[in-house]
Amino acid sequence: MTASNNGTPKQVEVAVRCDGLTKTFGTGNAAVKALRGVDLEVRNGELLMLVGPSGCGKTTLISVIAGVLRRDGGDCTVFAQDYNRMSEDETTSFRGVNIGFVFQAFNLIPSLTTAENVATPLIINGMKPTAAVSQASKILVEVGFDDRMVRSFPQDLSGGQQQRVAIARSLVHQPRLIVCDEPTSALDGETGHKVMELMRRLGRAENRALVVVTHDSRIFEFADRIAEMEDGRITQVVDSPSKLKAMSNQVV
Amino acid sequence: MGFIALKMLLGDRAKYIGIVIGLTFASLLITQQSAIFAGIMTRTFSFLSDVGLPDIWVVDPQVKYIDDIRPMQDTMVLRVRGVEGVQWAVPLYKGSLAARRTDGTYQSCTIIGLDDETLMGGPPSMVTGNLWNLRKSGGVIVDADGAAGKLAHILPGGKRVPLQVGDEMELNDNWSVVVGICRVTQTFQTNPVIYTTYSSATSFAPSQRLLLSFVTVKAKPGQDLHALCQRIERATAMRAYTRDEFKMVTFLYYLKYTGMPINFLTAVALGFLVGVAISGQTFYNFTLDNLRYFGTLKAMGAKNGMLLRMILLQALVVGGVGYGLGVGAASAWGMLIGARTQLAFRLPWQLLVVSAMAVLVICLSSAALSIRKVMKLEPAVVFRS
Ligand SMILES: Nc1ncnc2c1ncn2[C@@H]1O[C@H](COP(=O)(O)OP(=O)(O)OP(=O)(O)O)[C@@H](O)[C@H]1O
Ligand SMILES: [Mg+2]
Repeated sequence: MTASNNGTPKQVEVAVRCDGLTKTFGTGNAAVKALRGVDLEVRNGELLMLVGPSGCGKTTLISVIAGVLRRDGGDCTVFAQDYNRMSEDETTSFRGVNIGFVFQAFNLIPSLTTAENVATPLIINGMKPTAAVSQASKILVEVGFDDRMVRSFPQDLSGGQQQRVAIARSLVHQPRLIVCDEPTSALDGETGHKVMELMRRLGRAENRALVVVTHDSRIFEFADRIAEMEDGRITQVVDSPSKLKAMSNQVV
Repeated sequence: MGFIALKMLLGDRAKYIGIVIGLTFASLLITQQSAIFAGIMTRTFSFLSDVGLPDIWVVDPQVKYIDDIRPMQDTMVLRVRGVEGVQWAVPLYKGSLAARRTDGTYQSCTIIGLDDETLMGGPPSMVTGNLWNLRKSGGVIVDADGAAGKLAHILPGGKRVPLQVGDEMELNDNWSVVVGICRVTQTFQTNPVIYTTYSSATSFAPSQRLLLSFVTVKAKPGQDLHALCQRIERATAMRAYTRDEFKMVTFLYYLKYTGMPINFLTAVALGFLVGVAISGQTFYNFTLDNLRYFGTLKAMGAKNGMLLRMILLQALVVGGVGYGLGVGAASAWGMLIGARTQLAFRLPWQLLVVSAMAVLVICLSSAALSIRKVMKLEPAVVFRS
């Protein structure tokens, strides 16, 4: 997974690089320093998990990385691009092409069918709805949906099924970075396990990075590396699965 | 994105229907009230439309509108005839008097006396009989609505028998006979209209010193009507209006001195406010309900421009549907009620444009609030639950 293609420059292996990243919410006495100098590298081809206690800044960090939140200080490049050098619309377009999102609460649009929901990123990127829906249906087959489920609405699906739809939606436009915030915390253990299995099977690719924020130690085994956060900083990054258990006992 | 916008809109059935109902109600109320207003306002000068031929109307300077009758001396006709550029000038009497029905009760009627020689200013169309029968002694022509309605004989059983040619009638205690039935454009007062000759009319009328209501004038071909009016005014010390001026004077009088415009404006404003209140609110709530999804779309790469077009499309769709239903309902109402009663209802295309504009304003102002909200939405909210 770390082997790069012939002739590809070395730095392409790095999908995201943060150096001394800071973010503060509010001002004066009410100011909350959510990120206090984050140094982190996310590599192409890996699934990185971001773990740490509640309020330590995980969501804030992936928001900055995904380009939905502006940083205050430090450096942050995503595929060698810096959001601070882009206009609002350029940032939005960049997200549309390069980033896939998976949310804790799924965020599927209730009045769209499963296939239409999955087709949304393609439609946003300018594809005609009919073509987009048919492409979406194909990827839904890969996540194990039959014809009837493809045409059903989110509210008719179980939580696990909805998160599978969300994963399909995050992948359909072949983004280079996928960010997931607590993708399994609305699901029971077994379902969460299956969802992560799917995420890893379909999502992990040589030229793509996945960042998964989680509290759930039961899914640590799906990570290639685990970054531990505390109080707005990355405290430790472990890359061997053998260290996972030890760490999870400490942190969670 | 239009596809997603429409699915979102139609997916929330209850809100969609609520918004459409609000807009339907607003456009119904606005269209219907303006149509009635337009109808009433046209009626104020329908007499001028019916008496189509004359170019100029000469009246007492005190006259403020068509029904404001201030009699002049009979000799005024001769003085007008003497003005250069006048092809012909004839007297016209307009007044009201009591007709005695067969059951002995009285009904107030509008009486119009036409120049004995030319019968100029007669009804626009005859149902039965001939205009020239007016020359018979005591002959009158009655309008069809009056004949079938307020002037009808009421049989002991309560059944109404319309007044017919040959029926006799007493007008201000003078004997008269119906020689024809005509159709007139509804007037503002819904009294029956009775046509007769100028000389009969003045003999029916309660004796007064002055009787001449109008001198109607036809200009010689190629005359400048305004210059002619000025010459007539100089020669007679009366006021001379072209037909269109007189219509406008009448229209403006009603506009200025009656409560009608206020009533009308109140009803229209009410329709507008109800539209804004119901539809605007519901539309805004619809957007708020979907804010999380707008945020999701934004995070997934939908630019502000796209979201703006989505909301505009949603607003225009509900606007179009509401407008269509409202105008349709207003027309249906006008046709249904208008066919059964003497309701004033006119729906020219200009009114359709006006109510379309009103609905558009409601939609766009509702959309503006929603758009503002969505534009200001931070995409980072998608990660907050
Ligand atoms: N929009 C905001 N305005 C003010 N404070 C905020 C905002 N977003 C986050 N914070 C604060 O920043 C800190 C970090 O929040 P963040 O959501 O990143 O933590 P987290 O690690 O994701 O926590 P959790 O595990 O509970 O989701 C918290 O103290 C939080 O209250
Ligand atoms: Mg969080």
